Amino acid sequence: MTAIKPKLDAAASRTRCWQMRKRILEVSQKISALHIASAYSCLEIVDTIYHSLMRRDSTGNSPDTFILSKGHGSMAQYAVLEQLGVIKPEELDLYCQPGGKYATHPDYRLPGIEASTGSLGHGLALGIGMALADNIQKQDRVIYVVLSDGEMEEGSVWEAMLLAPSLGVKNIVAVADLNDFQSLGQTSKILPNFYPFGEKARAFGWEAHEIDGHDPQAVHDTIAARRGDKPMMIGARTIKGKGVSYMENVPIWHYRSPNPQEYQQGMDELNSAYHS
Amino acid sequence: MRDTFSRILYQVAKADPKICIVVADISPAGSMNQYREEFPDRFMNVGVAEQAMIGFCAGLAMRGMKPFAYTIATFALYRPFEQIRVDLCYQNLPVTVVGIGGGVTYSVLGGTHHAQEDIAIMSALPNMSILAPCDPLEAEAATWVCAKHQGPMYLRMGKAGEPVLTANAPDAFQFGKARCIKAGSGTAVLSYGIITKMTLELVAKIEQEQGGQVAAYSIHTIKPLDQEGIVSILQKYDRVIVVEEHSSQAGLAMQTKALAYESGAKCKLHTFSLQDQFIHFYGSHGDLLKQHGLHPELMYQQIYA
Repeated sequence: MTAIKPKLDAAASRTRCWQMRKRILEVSQKISALHIASAYSCLEIVDTIYHSLMRRDSTGNSPDTFILSKGHGSMAQYAVLEQLGVIKPEELDLYCQPGGKYATHPDYRLPGIEASTGSLGHGLALGIGMALADNIQKQDRVIYVVLSDGEMEEGSVWEAMLLAPSLGVKNIVAVADLNDFQSLGQTSKILPNFYPFGEKARAFGWEAHEIDGHDPQAVHDTIAARRGDKPMMIGARTIKGKGVSYMENVPIWHYRSPNPQEYQQGMDELNSAYHS
Repeated sequence: MRDTFSRILYQVAKADPKICIVVADISPAGSMNQYREEFPDRFMNVGVAEQAMIGFCAGLAMRGMKPFAYTIATFALYRPFEQIRVDLCYQNLPVTVVGIGGGVTYSVLGGTHHAQEDIAIMSALPNMSILAPCDPLEAEAATWVCAKHQGPMYLRMGKAGEPVLTANAPDAFQFGKARCIKAGSGTAVLSYGIITKMTLELVAKIEQEQGGQVAAYSIHTIKPLDQEGIVSILQKYDRVIVVEEHSSQAGLAMQTKALAYESGAKCKLHTFSLQDQFIHFYGSHGDLLKQHGLHPELMYQQIYA
């Protein structure tokens, strides 16, 4: 069965991301810890990769692979998988609860989950291994890996970045979610020399671009125009907590879940923003 | 053992196109030439980057390949420990981590190169299995086991030039089973890995001084440990001696003591391990072991004091 590359419908993507922000906020009321802001920052990236870049055959199966290396943003991936029908709503309702399967970090072998992540700095090397195995086995697959900017501080990421072009791995697209926040503050203040990022990725042998990570069109068009002669690294500028004003760029929402009052405010904001 | 490993790996790779080897800039030099010539796309050098080596192997395994990750034991296990724990063990992937120079084989290279607590650390990981062959013949059998194994494996190897010890062993090599490599009665010695050579020298010394025939076992599979087999050895013999080139913490000695306690064993039990301290003494491999009491004469004196 031939897998077809889907087209981007930017309006549909915006609607889905609006629905998913609300869905994630809803799930947040069941538990105390969610990494909600980390999920909001990468939502358009994850949605665009799944809906508009990963190829699908007529049964919905994709030859391509998605790895959420920033595993703490799992709610973004779960919400997208729920939209795709891979995760059932009742399964996501049991998020982090007894009897549930989907928890704070993605777990390998669950439907839709291709790797166990949560410890930062693992996903890129895994993806490169998959990509090289696909080359050896002559499989036409593309591996998408989403990382966080805090994660890029792990030495293992730079080992992997050095490795991919050295082994001639080209069928991999990494997207770094540059929301400029990590647990204790701003990445640009904690390790300012992380920037400029694109130049570093290019120096390591990757085709690198910096884009607005909340613009599905930019995510799609940049990745779709991949030259294919090198592995690709996208620096996607994003806003941590995007969509809910009191969460945006406020470090405590890296981990905290909103109380009922905050929940209501968030819902109201999301609703009015979408309808305006 | 290095040469045996690469010779067998060539055969294994010829039989199974999913076999590959990923090295972190350490390779069984000359003996890999044939492999590299015939399977150039299944030999990868990731450079001096052990975290990348293990993560990369996990990715290969997730696509159905059967990788061997290869470097010096300390670098293979300790630098990328979390990749071994999360990528290999938590995800339960069929990757064999080959550690060359297990124990204190790299004597004069110093403490940075001594894998003296490798068994304890790898044993603590769920899903991990551990093989420590005692001679080139066991290394050959172990490599075949690794190639077919369904989960993560640590293959603890020596270096080069180890003598054949098991050509006339009464038992065949079987994964997960204590293996009798020399028949005897009354007294039995248990060991694994390349210190088994010294263990057999201890056996000869005991036989010479005390008479009779001493049995010797290769506990090549350290995990899953053949608990039943060891308990039956503890019941069958009056005196059991454990010799290991590993820290006294959580190696075979400690596990055998636990089994002896749990099974109410009546035998005399003597254990010899490396001490729980780093080694700053320089000399040959044998000189280092002797510093920690691992020497046939010293052990004999202690047993029959």
